[in-house]
Amino acid sequence: MSDVQVVVVGGGPGGYAAAFLAADLGLKTALVDPEPNPGGVCVYRGCIPSKALLHVANLLSETRHAEAWGVSFGAPTIDLAKLRTFKDNVVKRLTSGTGLLAKSRKVRYLEGRGELLDAHTLKVTLARGGEETVRFDHAVIATGSVPAIPASLRVSDPRVMDSTSALDLPDIPKSLLVVGGGYIGLELGSVYAALGSAVSVVEMTDGLLPGADRDLVDVLAKSIAKSMKNVWLKTSVTKMTPDPAGIRVTFDGQPEQVFDRVLVAVGRRPNASVPGLDRTKVALDERGFIIHDEQMRTGEPSIFAIGDVAGEPMLAHKASHEGRTAVEVIAGQKAAFDPRAIPAVVFTDPELAWAGLTEAQAQRTGRKVVVAKFPWAASGRALTLDRTDGLTKLIVDPATERILGVGLVGPNAGELIAEGVLAIEMGATVADLKMTIHPHPTLTETLMESAEVFFGQSTHVYKPKKS
Amino acid sequence: MADFTLPELGENIAAGDVLRVLVQPGDTLTKDQPVLELETDKATIEVPSSVAGKIKEIKVKAGDKVKVGQAILSVDDGAATSAPPPAAPPPAKPAPAEAAAPKEESAPSEVARPFQPSTGSGWSERAEGQSREQDREKVVDFARGARTPVGQPVSDEPAAPAAPSVRRMARELGVDINDVIGSGEDGRISIDDVKAHAKRLIAAATAPAAQGAAAPRAQAEPLPDFSKWGDVERQPMRGVRRKTAEHLGSSWAQIPLVTQYDAADISGFEDIRKRHARQSGAVAAPLTVTALAIKIVAAALKVFPQFNVSIDMAAEEIVVKKYIHIGVAVDTDRGLLVPVIRNADTKTLLQISAEVAELASKARARKLTLDEMQGATFSISNLGGIGGTAFTPLVNSPEVAILGISRGRIEPVFKEGQFAPKMMLPLSLSYDHRAIDGADGARFVRWVAEVFEQPFLLSLQG
Repeated sequence: MSDVQVVVVGGGPGGYAAAFLAADLGLKTALVDPEPNPGGVCVYRGCIPSKALLHVANLLSETRHAEAWGVSFGAPTIDLAKLRTFKDNVVKRLTSGTGLLAKSRKVRYLEGRGELLDAHTLKVTLARGGEETVRFDHAVIATGSVPAIPASLRVSDPRVMDSTSALDLPDIPKSLLVVGGGYIGLELGSVYAALGSAVSVVEMTDGLLPGADRDLVDVLAKSIAKSMKNVWLKTSVTKMTPDPAGIRVTFDGQPEQVFDRVLVAVGRRPNASVPGLDRTKVALDERGFIIHDEQMRTGEPSIFAIGDVAGEPMLAHKASHEGRTAVEVIAGQKAAFDPRAIPAVVFTDPELAWAGLTEAQAQRTGRKVVVAKFPWAASGRALTLDRTDGLTKLIVDPATERILGVGLVGPNAGELIAEGVLAIEMGATVADLKMTIHPHPTLTETLMESAEVFFGQSTHVYKPKKS
Repeated sequence: MADFTLPELGENIAAGDVLRVLVQPGDTLTKDQPVLELETDKATIEVPSSVAGKIKEIKVKAGDKVKVGQAILSVDDGAATSAPPPAAPPPAKPAPAEAAAPKEESAPSEVARPFQPSTGSGWSERAEGQSREQDREKVVDFARGARTPVGQPVSDEPAAPAAPSVRRMARELGVDINDVIGSGEDGRISIDDVKAHAKRLIAAATAPAAQGAAAPRAQAEPLPDFSKWGDVERQPMRGVRRKTAEHLGSSWAQIPLVTQYDAADISGFEDIRKRHARQSGAVAAPLTVTALAIKIVAAALKVFPQFNVSIDMAAEEIVVKKYIHIGVAVDTDRGLLVPVIRNADTKTLLQISAEVAELASKARARKLTLDEMQGATFSISNLGGIGGTAFTPLVNSPEVAILGISRGRIEPVFKEGQFAPKMMLPLSLSYDHRAIDGADGARFVRWVAEVFEQPFLLSLQG
């Protein structure tokens, strides 16, 4: 039995950010997670390991690319065990770091699973055996999400993988089918493609990465068309049967084929399966997300919900900000989660990133916007990288000339988007972005020059005046 | 028989004061009929009944404090005593805006707001209804792309041009950022804009209070639940404390206040004071710094008549007073009281000393009349008895200036080529910048300091 002011259930980037801030604010805090250290899906089997592998994938495609510049490395040999160790070590280093941070902050870390006995009591079944009952003033539910697998795709065969098992790199299959053209499928598909698999992507809707603007996705699609064997849009998987030769897959719209492995990455669903949640006034919406207000309060005054379990977008950086908001509210501050923009990044090659209003969203809602685009072919820096396929765009309010949205595709788009987020949050106008001196030669100039395009004055893009 | 108990009124509201009971024993009560007008910390609300029937007994009366769950009344509903518990009462709704602020929509919301989920999906329908297990089967969410957040603005109006830190400040002050007019480039909102907006709201809310109207409470942000961090006790804010809060709140909101600091060398006066104390013993009142300050300020007000005025903004006039009455702040166990020394310019230092002593003891004995606390043209607040090196006194509206005095102490003063120990008295003059210019403020307090140093100047100029 222990008493804490805050207990955080779930140790992902949302949960541990919440627990650490709570401790920093002087609240007695406990953090409950089944893993030995804080990190959650993101660090153990999500963003972090996938990025370690994508780094390697990018390196491999760079070396191939280098042949055009007169540099040849020959065919790469890949030591899969060593690559796995590299990835595992990244995870190990990061999670032992978060573990140490929890310890230094005197956050009580309980390795185990929690069950709510009532709105102020959590029973934790400890991984090392035994139980501990935690009385709390406030709880933050941060149990995240899990891969969603539709019933038709549930095949119990190790060759049918979800994102977690795909990250384990069991082998490099000759052929891989990726079910789902979202960011998880495309990222992991890119990894296997770079390692040498013939990757086919099947997507139910008429485009990859639903949600992102098509002009950005088109750039990525062109590159994917080269690195992957097939991309089937408007196609769905009807049946998968394990076969000694591989997984036999029948499609709606494509002839039947056999693949060495299949990765099912159709999406994730919120993980609100905390036992005992029904003993409280916490309620779920029809999609299984915990209902909360902008202070992250649920229907139960003592319980907050953050991160993937609290709604879309299911992104680590959204979770950590929500976690910090919840704790600030618990600490009596008048905090609220009201971002103007949550950046989204797809770590493919090229990377794709956007924040704030998209052009598609503006069209859908009938909102008047002006879009200014700067093609990277006009960027000196992009030329030096031999990567002129990128694009930077601004979505601007015509009346106030404020920047409402930013979209990017190209190498490093994920890093570049941060400036766009700041611009949106600060209420910057296109003129502000234009007048801010950007270093030369860098890809950041594409943001400045897209602002210049808005005024028809881009140094490197000539547009004849309409008269 | 059925009891009606006080239902949940909203988040953080556990109790309230009964303003009025709207029903009487014998009345036939219908469901949802208002039975109480309840004043809570956040709003005045009408509490609707969840039961129906003939009222047998009313268990509360106006002035009572009632808690959530406490029995309010009982009705004869015709059922046996073992009647099932009443259905969940409908949420209490805020009373019609009979005494609402003129600009209620834009004012920070104080209405007791029950929990409102932001996702907007059927909250209560979900609470009961299908089981969680059923839901889980339905839940296969295809979060394939990182989607744009739900909270995206959909209107054609871009969100208020304010940085996250500014939005946070607005939230903390209970200001709707969309109501704030930005003074920056392209209407960008700064922290100062938010503060100025909040001050205007407070001023608008307290202005009718000055006229004695049944004005709404100052628009303050809702308070957190302090009991989360330890035991608390809520005491009614009555009498002097409430008056002070209202009055100074309105002064603060209306007066652009500047404080000018200075120090007076009172070594000479200290000698006189000690000598006087030895000579007169306990018979006469002692000469005090406060008394001398009153005498000096009374003289200064003749030299600087612009400090002896009030501002009538409505009439766009300055009211110049031909009399000099000095208010003296007195610390009592009931709070701050300010008795007035009338025609201080015509009284001798000894008379003033005696009068201050008398008024102060009357104040502490709660014997001051209202008359004795009205009509001041300038106030003095001497905190030197307690300590401190300087403070910013608040102008006691509708006066336009106040002199604050902190504790005198011996300091090395460089004079005629060497340091000498001098008793220096810290002075802080706060003034209403609408009536008084900065240079005049500095001149006034310098004049006062010089006369403190050489009180005989009083006989020349005063």
